[in-house]
Amino acid sequence: MDLIKLVEQDQIRTDLPQMDIGDFVKVYLTIKEGNRERIQVFDGTVIARKGQGLTETFKVRRMSYGVGVEKTFPINSPKISKIEVVRKGKVRRAKLYYLRDRVGKASKVAERMVYDTANVTTATETVEE
Amino acid sequence: MSKYILGKKVGMTQVFDESGLLIPVTVLQAGPCTVVDVKTKEKDGYSALGIAYEDVKEKRLNKPLLGFYKKIGVSPKKYLREWRTENTEGYEIGKEIKCADMFQPGDKVDVTGTSKGKGYQGVIKRHGFSRGRESHGSKFHRAPGALSAHSDPGKVFKLRKLPGQMGNVQVTVKNLKVVKADNEHNILLVKGAVPGPKGGLLIIKETTKS
Repeated sequence: MDLIKLVEQDQIRTDLPQMDIGDFVKVYLTIKEGNRERIQVFDGTVIARKGQGLTETFKVRRMSYGVGVEKTFPINSPKISKIEVVRKGKVRRAKLYYLRDRVGKASKVAERMVYDTANVTTATETVEE
Repeated sequence: MSKYILGKKVGMTQVFDESGLLIPVTVLQAGPCTVVDVKTKEKDGYSALGIAYEDVKEKRLNKPLLGFYKKIGVSPKKYLREWRTENTEGYEIGKEIKCADMFQPGDKVDVTGTSKGKGYQGVIKRHGFSRGRESHGSKFHRAPGALSAHSDPGKVFKLRKLPGQMGNVQVTVKNLKVVKADNEHNILLVKGAVPGPKGGLLIIKETTKS
């Protein structure tokens, strides 16, 4: 009987899609401003996943006006309303920190073509920065 | 009316609160405890409750303790503590105390335990002294430095911070917030850290800071 797992299990989310390192994702984040709620989208490449259970987090990197921006999200956060996997990435690392030192085309992750699953949209281009 | 329960530390994790914020919590296995003694002012000169926690094999206890549990008809327990409380009404020998009956989410508690022993430690780790440099002719590395002034006062004052045993002492962390209390699995979640190793005995009381 693992009591810590028992405590965590009610809050662990199972409604989110399968998301791997190198994937280009759109994270839909609920933001509360006073009484108003709105949704903000943060899109980019998943460069790391850390932790386990309820405390697991993932890191998304994108280029914003030429500046690299990284954001870490708790994967089970109720503030995440939706995650959309736009493109699968073709990577051989679990942590893509090498992308930080790259500029231009080298900072892109090649797309992994998926033929057997229907839910992933296959684009012909490589992932944008 | 005061509140009291015995428990054990299970470990730490994080949970989301209602607003979606991730808060650090310690998972405690709290109770169920059993009342094994009711002391009253008339009989004993002060009023208190004897609280026992966690079932244990009979062979783990000595004969006097085993005889005590046999006499009152309670299964043998590992831990036995006294809860000094003025209000002993409603408690009788054999009554079970569960964590959610005592504590509700939002309550503030004090948690007492025995901190992890660090052994004999120097002043840098034990008291946060700063160290000397390692090279460039320095001979002063991790030593405590001067202990006192000269012939006036001509002695080292009491309570001088020096190397010695660190940890393995009773520590109380005050004013922790209860996040969740669950009777089914005897789980108590408190926000923040509590002293001691996993599996260490803890005394959880209503806070004295209010």
